[in-house]
Amino acid sequence: MPLLELKEVNKNFGGLKAVSQVSFELNGGEILGIIGPNGAGKTTLFNVITGFLKPDSGEVWFNGEKTVGLKPHQVCKKGMVRTFQLVKPFIELTVLENVVVAALNRAKTIKEAREKALRTIELVGLKEKTNTLSSGLTLGHRKRLELARTLATEPKLLLLDEVMAGLTPTEVDELIRLLKEVNHRGVTILLIEHVMRGLMALSRRVVVLNYGQKIAEGVPGEVVKNRQVIEAYLGEEFAGAQG
Amino acid sequence: MKIIYSFLSILLLILLLLPNFVSDYILGIFVLIFFYAYMGQSWNVLTGYAGPISLGHSLYLGIGAYISTKLAMDLGLTPWIGMWIGGLGAALVGLAIGFLGFRFGLKGVYFVLLTIAFGEIGRLTVLHLKPLGHMMGLFVDFKPGLANFHFRGNLPYYYIALGFVVFSLIVVRALEVSKWGRYFVALREDEDAAESLGVNVFKYKMIAIGISSFMTALGGTFYANYIFYLHPTSVMSMWVSIEIIMRPIIGGLGTPFGPLIGSLLLTPLSEIARSYFTKAGLEGIHIVIYGLLLIAAVLFFPGGIFAFIKKILKPILRESKQM
Repeated sequence: MPLLELKEVNKNFGGLKAVSQVSFELNGGEILGIIGPNGAGKTTLFNVITGFLKPDSGEVWFNGEKTVGLKPHQVCKKGMVRTFQLVKPFIELTVLENVVVAALNRAKTIKEAREKALRTIELVGLKEKTNTLSSGLTLGHRKRLELARTLATEPKLLLLDEVMAGLTPTEVDELIRLLKEVNHRGVTILLIEHVMRGLMALSRRVVVLNYGQKIAEGVPGEVVKNRQVIEAYLGEEFAGAQG
Repeated sequence: MKIIYSFLSILLLILLLLPNFVSDYILGIFVLIFFYAYMGQSWNVLTGYAGPISLGHSLYLGIGAYISTKLAMDLGLTPWIGMWIGGLGAALVGLAIGFLGFRFGLKGVYFVLLTIAFGEIGRLTVLHLKPLGHMMGLFVDFKPGLANFHFRGNLPYYYIALGFVVFSLIVVRALEVSKWGRYFVALREDEDAAESLGVNVFKYKMIAIGISSFMTALGGTFYANYIFYLHPTSVMSMWVSIEIIMRPIIGGLGTPFGPLIGSLLLTPLSEIARSYFTKAGLEGIHIVIYGLLLIAAVLFFPGGIFAFIKKILKPILRESKQM
């Protein structure tokens, strides 16, 4: 049984088909990438999966349960948590306080949540910043904080929305190592990523979206040679010249 | 932390002994300082900690005041019990308003408008209800005695009001270190992020408005038995709501001591301005002073006076930690 399964999911905004008949499966322990040009419906898809938006039709199954209609906090309790493309730290709180809120998702007491938060902060490499206000963090550190918060909820499935965008190459490398470690610990990952180096290093399988539709699925190396994919990214003429 | 608690103990001791050294008039000003600090703190729980902005807290004050007073006048129930019933009544209304607002995702100014609308509905309803005094208002018969919550002089009120302040500080501190308080602050900072991390935003906003309206109504009972006269304009108007929110805003929103600091500054000023300018035939000047103070506070103390004091004291506190 796949950990996450989408069956013909549709989401329209007025006349715009943001997500159209998208189906795919994700197995436990896997890292699956979602790519596609801007406006392809990737973030909308994340919103549908995590309960921020209700699909117009179609089904989302997580861990053997239908999750359509659940609120995001219920989805989080079931073990599915997402990051935001534009990071959303609790600005007036310290790094530790930020992560404690997330750790309370499973922890019984504040003390337990604190201990878990400290471990998670160390894991993502923010230990020196533990008591820094999150308003004083660089983008790279904010992205790590975002990741620390999601991890502190103890997810089975982590949905990452462009966590590598805007990072320096060194930071990207560190993040790749970190995500591999997280995956190694048993967390399944679904990631939207424009940073190709990160995507190639992590995912063994990618799904390509364009105009809300799934146009390709497969091993990254093959998918990037797919004619439809090249068209989507670079236009028809370029695809013709290549072919 | 230790140094803060010892400082607070000393402050409390001074306040406990203060009545021995000052006149009844000064004591009366302190009663108002404590009263507004308490009301501000009650509002602070909702708006300062959890985020939704309410401009209709006079509604809860009024509900608390009228329920406990009517119970005392018609059924002879002591306000000491009536105040809790008034609190429950206000909490029910608060939860109903919260349900309407939060269920349908009203945010920012739209929630503000909702609270103003219900505040006005409450005021107009009371204004037209005969049992509640109609246009004339409700006069509370003065029957001195502990059970009746009526006292001669300001001294008993001083200690009761101080008790209210201490009670509200304990409530807020207990919230701050609990899961509820952590969730309140998280949803104030970013609702979507909180929701995605497993915080039931609707539920915790409801808890916040429930606690806040309940606490505000308890203060309403105090007000009724201190002033002895209830009129919709003087207890349930929008101006009362503004009085309630001014002190925590100037003192420091979302901080435990903001409302008290704000009240220590603002209440005496407003009392002095009110009595002097009214004598000089310049009624309403204290409102102008409020406006100027608010502008000054926003310009010079963004985040409130408490945040400013904290910044000054930080090096001192750090040193004491190392010792």
